[in-house]
Amino acid sequence: MAFLVTFLILFAFWIFMSGQLDWWHLSWGVLSCTLVAVISHDFLFKDIKSKGRVKETTLFFAYVPWLIYEIILANIYVAYLALHPKMLDLIDPHIIKFKTRLKNDFARVTFANSITLTPGTITVLIKDDYFFVHAINKSAAKSLPGNMERRITKVFMEE
Amino acid sequence: MIIGAKIFMIAGLFFFTTAAIGFLRFPDFYTRMHATAKGDTLGTLFFVIGLALYTLHHGFHWFSIVNSIKLISIAVFWFLASPTATHALLRSALESDLVPWTKDKKVIVAWPPKRRK
Repeated sequence: MAFLVTFLILFAFWIFMSGQLDWWHLSWGVLSCTLVAVISHDFLFKDIKSKGRVKETTLFFAYVPWLIYEIILANIYVAYLALHPKMLDLIDPHIIKFKTRLKNDFARVTFANSITLTPGTITVLIKDDYFFVHAINKSAAKSLPGNMERRITKVFMEE
Repeated sequence: MIIGAKIFMIAGLFFFTTAAIGFLRFPDFYTRMHATAKGDTLGTLFFVIGLALYTLHHGFHWFSIVNSIKLISIAVFWFLASPTATHALLRSALESDLVPWTKDKKVIVAWPPKRRK
């Protein structure tokens, strides 16, 4: 069942992307979609029955604009550092370590990616509830975990 | 439409350029990943938005709209893939004991810092 749904989603995507409806292109589509579906059909529908998936998705899309705003800030900050003539005085890199409250795997991945995309911090490692984050200076690390973790907690309803 | 496309493409090129400059100027592997992980992401987003606007400049045909959606989906995949790839590189660097460049030799700091009375 999961295999069939994965295959159909992939094949619809293939037709949308290629836009060619002759047998040559369609048979390549069937072949490659079957291959991908065989390898990865258990990734997409691992926990399909978990509750609140629809609300979670809606809240996730509400979280995206804020994330893009943070990404633009991050890029301006990195551009400022890269072009600053006395760059070595401004940076003070450390790996910081803090404990997370998030339990859900997907929430942790979202949090890690968000850390990577926000100003001056990138996630290095997640191990036993601890996040290891490389921060480019102390002021970049000041806002962690704080505000962003609270937003993600709200999205994934882990209050 | 074309002016919007040009503005977005120039912004994208600016962020790609700063990513490259940052990559050359920062002192070690970890700080260099800061420049590439971020600059590439936003550079790709802006450049792809510029291209999507440019494909629409002949008018809103069905074909050019589909092309724009395809171009935007490149940016979406990039947003998911780029942080993950950065994370994989950093993790393998840390696990093979590559020591980060620091000023005070304290590599790993517990956070948030405890307040001294």
